[in-house]
Amino acid sequence: MLSPIPASGSIEGRMTDFTSSTQVAGSTEPTLGKNRARDRFMRHRLAVLGAGMIIALVLLSFAGPYLLPFNDLYIDIRNRFAPPFASIHILGTDPLGRDHLARLMTAGRISMSIGFSAMLIATCVGTTIGAVAGYYGGYLGAALMRLVDAMLCFPSIFLLLAIAAFINPGVASITLIIALTSWMEVARVVEGQMKSLRERDFAVAAELMGGSDRYIIFRELLPNAVGPIVVAATLNVANAILAESYISFLGYGIQPPTPSWGNMLNNAQQYLSSAPWLAIFPGVAITLAVTSFNFIGDGLRDALDPRLDH
Amino acid sequence: MLRFLIQRSLQNVVLLWLVSMIGFGVLFLAPGGPLAQFALVPGMSRAELLRIAEQMGLNRPIPAQYWEWFTRLLSGDWGHSYRDGQPVLWIIGSHLGATLELMVVSATVAVAVGMWVGVLGAIRRYSVFDYLATIGAMIALSIPTFWFGLVTIYVFSVKLAILPAGNMYTIGDGSFWDYVRHLIAPSLVLGLVTVALWSRYMRSSMLEVIHQDYVRTARAKGASEWVVLTRHAIRNALLPMITVAGLQLPTLLSGALVTETVFTWPGMGRLFLDSLSYRDYPVVMGVLMLSAVLVLIGNMLADILYAVADPRIRLD
Repeated sequence: MLSPIPASGSIEGRMTDFTSSTQVAGSTEPTLGKNRARDRFMRHRLAVLGAGMIIALVLLSFAGPYLLPFNDLYIDIRNRFAPPFASIHILGTDPLGRDHLARLMTAGRISMSIGFSAMLIATCVGTTIGAVAGYYGGYLGAALMRLVDAMLCFPSIFLLLAIAAFINPGVASITLIIALTSWMEVARVVEGQMKSLRERDFAVAAELMGGSDRYIIFRELLPNAVGPIVVAATLNVANAILAESYISFLGYGIQPPTPSWGNMLNNAQQYLSSAPWLAIFPGVAITLAVTSFNFIGDGLRDALDPRLDH
Repeated sequence: MLRFLIQRSLQNVVLLWLVSMIGFGVLFLAPGGPLAQFALVPGMSRAELLRIAEQMGLNRPIPAQYWEWFTRLLSGDWGHSYRDGQPVLWIIGSHLGATLELMVVSATVAVAVGMWVGVLGAIRRYSVFDYLATIGAMIALSIPTFWFGLVTIYVFSVKLAILPAGNMYTIGDGSFWDYVRHLIAPSLVLGLVTVALWSRYMRSSMLEVIHQDYVRTARAKGASEWVVLTRHAIRNALLPMITVAGLQLPTLLSGALVTETVFTWPGMGRLFLDSLSYRDYPVVMGVLMLSAVLVLIGNMLADILYAVADPRIRLD
């Protein structure tokens, strides 16, 4: 590629390299010392905030339901469309009289589990393909990277929906298809890392000492590429949560009565004027989770990028 | 230049071939493949299904089927819709215009806004504005597009009642002004991600340019700040943004699909979703392939434009 800006990614370019500017101009402006420190502190503060938010969301989703008097499937038919903060249903109820807060919590379990699991699978697939492509190079490497390019040509929502419409939607299958359409970014990152790392002295030494390919890749090279992989994986969680919400909102993801943040919004549009809270809270939950993971990823990039330590 | 163009075109032919393989793979992932629509017909016997499969050529080896599908794709025969028998390309063509209008209007405004936010962030670096723009962009990139659409409808159509909640025209009113009123909210929603991305990339790009020698030279020769900024700095900072624009095409298309659904905008995204619910696989495949090809062409154009615009790039 001719691009001087790193190709950005997953939900197509939503993952951004917000920090590249700091490195470039940081070295040319002598008075920047104090400002850069402030800048980094600032970013880290946002990352800490993000981490706190994720812990809170996970605790709420996984422990919260035990604290409520009703579960997400309990139907309180006399209290349909209860507005928030007006009854025992703190965040109101839905058209069937189910507690909105209980549903939000259960949905959080589903949505965040999918985000994490999809990230794990995507990172494994991406790392393997990227490592093979970067380490062996040649025709195999070129073929694998062209496959990455080809996959990235498909707008991810189109591809996800086309596959989701064919399969039997369930938590496992949705996780799998999200993972299989989002491993390319990690593959690119790992391929780039492997290409440069394998030329370094320690890698050449390991090769000369007769280390097997597998040993060199897993014991010598990959540990040195952990930083960028962790950053890409963190942003991958954010994008996987977004992806799940998109396809569930459009009706091809997690199917009711299992709630997910996305499918809770599925029929919220028709009640927009009469029961706006049905649309507001799940959206806020998605935005909070995704923003937090993006902040963490950004903070990690600053923290793990050795180029900033000068 | 010619060598570069040929090389790029060849690479893209290979990519197109890979894209078609993935597309074909998706099609065959379908349980029952293209036969699924007939399997649902009541009273359909297994023997009859086999007969249809043979008629459709589905009993032949998969490479042969792929080859036929691919050559038809290249010759413009993208099959016929299961829903109304119209040719797929014709159906897509009749919906593409609305999508392009939405994308072009939204992207034009968003790019202009995003660019200036990025420029201001770069020249007033670490100012309150810069921090707010950074955090704002992060949040904007994290908001699900469809939810932002719902919020927009709630605020502007339900509460303030100043914008229509969807569609392209009010029934019985086909005026230009009516069209513009319907275009505002979806463009805003679709443009949010573009503004955020452009402001971030533009900021990075400006920061790289702003300390270059030619900017200092321009200042030294007495050019006004405005001239330095617009004629020297921004012009050069915009160069890498050509590539960014190319890379953003898939985001824009995905965003358009979701936005069209929320605002019932009669474009390609709506067509895709409608076809999905009708199990109209030929149209689904057509839209999927066409969007990938559009992205491919967009990226290639961006590469070429970048090479043309920046004489420092050596093409071979």
